[in-house]
Amino acid sequence: MTVKRVDITAEAAKLLGELAGEHGPLLFHQSGGCCDGSSPMCYPRGEFRIGSRDVYLGEVGDTPFYMSGPQFEYWQHTHLTVDVVPGRGSGFSVEAPRGVRFLIRSRLFTDDEYRELKAAGPVQVGPQHGA
Amino acid sequence: MAIPGTVKEAMARAEVKSVYGNFINGKFINAVKGQTFDNLSPINGQVLCKVQRSTAEDIELALDAAHAAQGKWGRTSVTERANLLNKIADRLEAQLEKFAILETLDNGKPIRETMAADLPLAIDHFRYFAACVRAQESGAGEIDHDTVAYHFHEPLGVVGQIIPWNFPLLMAAWKVAPALAAGNAVVLKPAEQTPLTILAFCELVADVLPPGVFNVVNGFGVEAGKPLASSNRIAKIAFTGETTTGRLIMQYASENLIPVTLELGGKSPNVFFADVMEKDDEFFDKALEGFAMFALNQGEVCTCPSRALVQESIYDKFMEKAVARVKKIKMGHPLDPTTMIGAQASNDQLEKILSYMDIGQKEGAKVLTGGARAKHAGELATGYYVEPTVLAGHNKMRVFQEEIFGPVVSVAKFKDFDDAMAIANDTLYGLGAGVWSRNGTTAYRAGREIKAGRVWTNCYHLYPAGAAFGGYKQSGIGRETHKMMLDHYQQTKNLLVSYSPKALGFF
Repeated sequence: MTVKRVDITAEAAKLLGELAGEHGPLLFHQSGGCCDGSSPMCYPRGEFRIGSRDVYLGEVGDTPFYMSGPQFEYWQHTHLTVDVVPGRGSGFSVEAPRGVRFLIRSRLFTDDEYRELKAAGPVQVGPQHGA
Repeated sequence: MAIPGTVKEAMARAEVKSVYGNFINGKFINAVKGQTFDNLSPINGQVLCKVQRSTAEDIELALDAAHAAQGKWGRTSVTERANLLNKIADRLEAQLEKFAILETLDNGKPIRETMAADLPLAIDHFRYFAACVRAQESGAGEIDHDTVAYHFHEPLGVVGQIIPWNFPLLMAAWKVAPALAAGNAVVLKPAEQTPLTILAFCELVADVLPPGVFNVVNGFGVEAGKPLASSNRIAKIAFTGETTTGRLIMQYASENLIPVTLELGGKSPNVFFADVMEKDDEFFDKALEGFAMFALNQGEVCTCPSRALVQESIYDKFMEKAVARVKKIKMGHPLDPTTMIGAQASNDQLEKILSYMDIGQKEGAKVLTGGARAKHAGELATGYYVEPTVLAGHNKMRVFQEEIFGPVVSVAKFKDFDDAMAIANDTLYGLGAGVWSRNGTTAYRAGREIKAGRVWTNCYHLYPAGAAFGGYKQSGIGRETHKMMLDHYQQTKNLLVSYSPKALGFF
């Protein structure tokens, strides 16, 4: 499959590489709800338990990106890009102490992309990385 | 009241210090590793003060202090604890203006709101839980003539609390007042965006509460929040925030088999039935204000009425009036008492809101007003401001399904009662909702049909102590701002006592 559901900007990828050097392998889980919700959370890979209904959207660099199944129902028609901005984000995401915050930018899939994604079959659910 | 005009004047007036320690065992102390971080004011994006960048070592010190203090505190009479809570309330009330200024500096919300809502409500919560715990009685049940079941309330012990940044002092009061009233000792981590007001609160109560009963440790989630939430030395963890962190908190709690209360936000529908426009009277005016309530606190409210559902038959006429009402919202300096909408709490918050305006429009939502970052002159030029924004679209769009946490309302039409209920409930969340109708039966039926913890009926955004607040679905676990919150901070001790001298006869 050539169409990716999630990508990452060069700046965010550079930060992600630095954070992986500090914390070891990481993962993203897209949050919902208030305060710092609707933002991607970046955790050491063993820290957060990916559930059997979490959807695996793919890899950014070598970091897997997940989202809860019910939330994916509302997000599946959009392509996501992990970006980074200055800010004092809360939550337990590992980049926060650096005074920056990962952020999701979105666009609609084109009709061609959407057809290709549908043809590729259902998304994978549950943990797709080794513990 | 003369409110200071600039951030610098306000900092002097509210006696903001350049650096604050953690508040542990009744004293301000520096973090063990000696690190601090800058706390910015969203009004101008400039440094307000430095606070401690704490780690597990600091959390352990706070837990040591809390455990040393809790036994004695838990055995004080309810009268004594209630009196201390009332004293805290009295002191806060005497310094209401100072704390309102601090909260506006720290969070960016308009002084009008901190003076009229944040502070009076926080004060009232201490008084309410003082009253609740005084009035709470133990129970005695007669199982049979010679057997009695006594039920006593006992504190849980030492509890952890992680507080959000949207109503920093009020959200702390929601959690601290019932926990202390019930006889627990508290270790609290404020949000890293808004640590200031709670630290000033520590100064205020330092000689009221016994040392160690209330402790505040500042820092980042990953460095200070995690060692608190995952500690095996807390009897409960309370958290307000979002779903992924909520899951992480529950995961930590499961490792220690301790209870959690979680408040994780929503995407609250605000439903306007056609009869609101039957007359152009006070009630209709109130309903229009109810529509504009999405801009309260810059939309940074877990129960922000961020989905307005308007009956098709009145949609055009209603939206014309509603948009006109929104256009009257006065933007400006948060310290100006006439300003109605202030700064978003942080730069990443601002960026996130703008990213939602972007995807909303890409999905076909129409901007009826606003839709951009607000640019102000002077010291506000470097702050984080957004125009009150009304988007028209349909409920499957992402701007209808995700909490933007900004002054953005997404509006859709509905045909009839059943359609309204189907759209209102088509969401992952269930924290708040609003229903507007002149017909009591319609309003009642809608209120019962909507799967949310609170349905404001012909009103919105009232937060009185005494009305339970909490979520259905993915919005969380537990109910705050009501005496039932005492139960979330208490064990039930049952003494099952036999007054009969006779053996049962089994052995």
